Amino acid sequence: MASLKDLRVRINSVKSTQKITSAMKMIAATKLRRAQSAAEEGRPYARKMEAMLAGMVGTLASRETAPKLISGSGEDRSHLLIIITADRGLCGGFNGNVVREVKKRISVLRQEGKAVKVICVGRKGRDGLRREYGGLVSETLENVTRAGAQFGPARDLSRRLLTMFEAREFDVCTVFYNTFKSAMSQVVTAKQIIPFELPAAEASAAAEGALAVGSYELEPGEGPLLDALLPANLAMQIFGALLESFASEQGARMTAMDNATRNASDMIGRLTLTYNRTRQAIITKELIEIISGAEAV
Amino acid sequence: MAETFLFEIVTPARLALSCEAACVIIPGGAGHFGVLPGHAAMLSTIVPGTIELRDKSLKILDRYFVEGGFAEITPERCTVLAEVATPLQEITRDDAEDRVKRAHDALMVSEALNVRVTAERDLRTAEAMLAAVNEYEKQGAH
Repeated sequence: MASLKDLRVRINSVKSTQKITSAMKMIAATKLRRAQSAAEEGRPYARKMEAMLAGMVGTLASRETAPKLISGSGEDRSHLLIIITADRGLCGGFNGNVVREVKKRISVLRQEGKAVKVICVGRKGRDGLRREYGGLVSETLENVTRAGAQFGPARDLSRRLLTMFEAREFDVCTVFYNTFKSAMSQVVTAKQIIPFELPAAEASAAAEGALAVGSYELEPGEGPLLDALLPANLAMQIFGALLESFASEQGARMTAMDNATRNASDMIGRLTLTYNRTRQAIITKELIEIISGAEAV
Repeated sequence: MAETFLFEIVTPARLALSCEAACVIIPGGAGHFGVLPGHAAMLSTIVPGTIELRDKSLKILDRYFVEGGFAEITPERCTVLAEVATPLQEITRDDAEDRVKRAHDALMVSEALNVRVTAERDLRTAEAMLAAVNEYEKQGAH
């Protein structure tokens, strides 16, 4: 049996761990609130852009002159996967879930004989893939969401994607990230951003949202307008994914740290019980020794 | 006809401005244009430049610098989607000059074509910003 001193040390160490986890939980909760309101404030822009694009793509669908970002490069040989994770751990299954999904997708794509390339946003994605698919990771961006999701990095990444796409370095680009459902649950989502796909349900909803583009004058014409709109939309899609991922990360961390805090207090309870029992046992033992010593006299 | 219409500037981060306006001047991709209540429905690109809000007598009420974007105009409404929109009075000359310089330097060292294209775009934006500040200071002096 452990000595009293060992138990005391153990209890103290669990207590300080508990302090850390509960502080982390509170920080995550605050960040989560901010992330959620940021996500909400970004929504009008996303909705407007989607409505515009839905209208324009709707009128365009019949033609074959669609820009490459919509029609694709005409091939389906190489895939680029963008993986959005956190830079740090201690957030439950948040990073692991994305990585697992990505691994599944990579093995499917490879069986189909397609080339796969990976860009990681967040260090944990790269760490998770390093052992099996380390060679595929062409780039890792770190600290993108350190101070919350910002539009700047999303725009930079989208510009890089565009130049890569123009240089025909990939045909299809998919983003993997956690969608925020609630603080308790995040859903891993794979969203294809190049070629651009308008989700069917949203397309009809957005098209109803006051956009019969036919009735609009377009300046400076349909082609240039679409050429400007599509890259902007790409940046917005990535930004949206970053926002979702950041909110999910905070939610996941909050839940994980809440659990950890609770586990710590359970553990403290158990250890304290053992400590008290041990102490009592020692007292009893000493008493017995004194009494039996007195009787022997 | 109504004397004002709903004018909104939306950025990815937030709804930057939402107000009733009588007249708005927008730097469109095919030239500046003014929006009055009852304007024909239109979609337009926006180039880096200044958006001016004016009252009925065309006096300038407020100015925003936008770094490109889109405008959607209907007879009742005008929505500007901009990646960045800053009130012009918050931009100082030093900021603008510094940005032009940095963009210029970036352009000088750029070699790959795509880097060059981005750098050129940044430079154009920065120059537009400086021009907007110049214009603002000139008018402010009156």
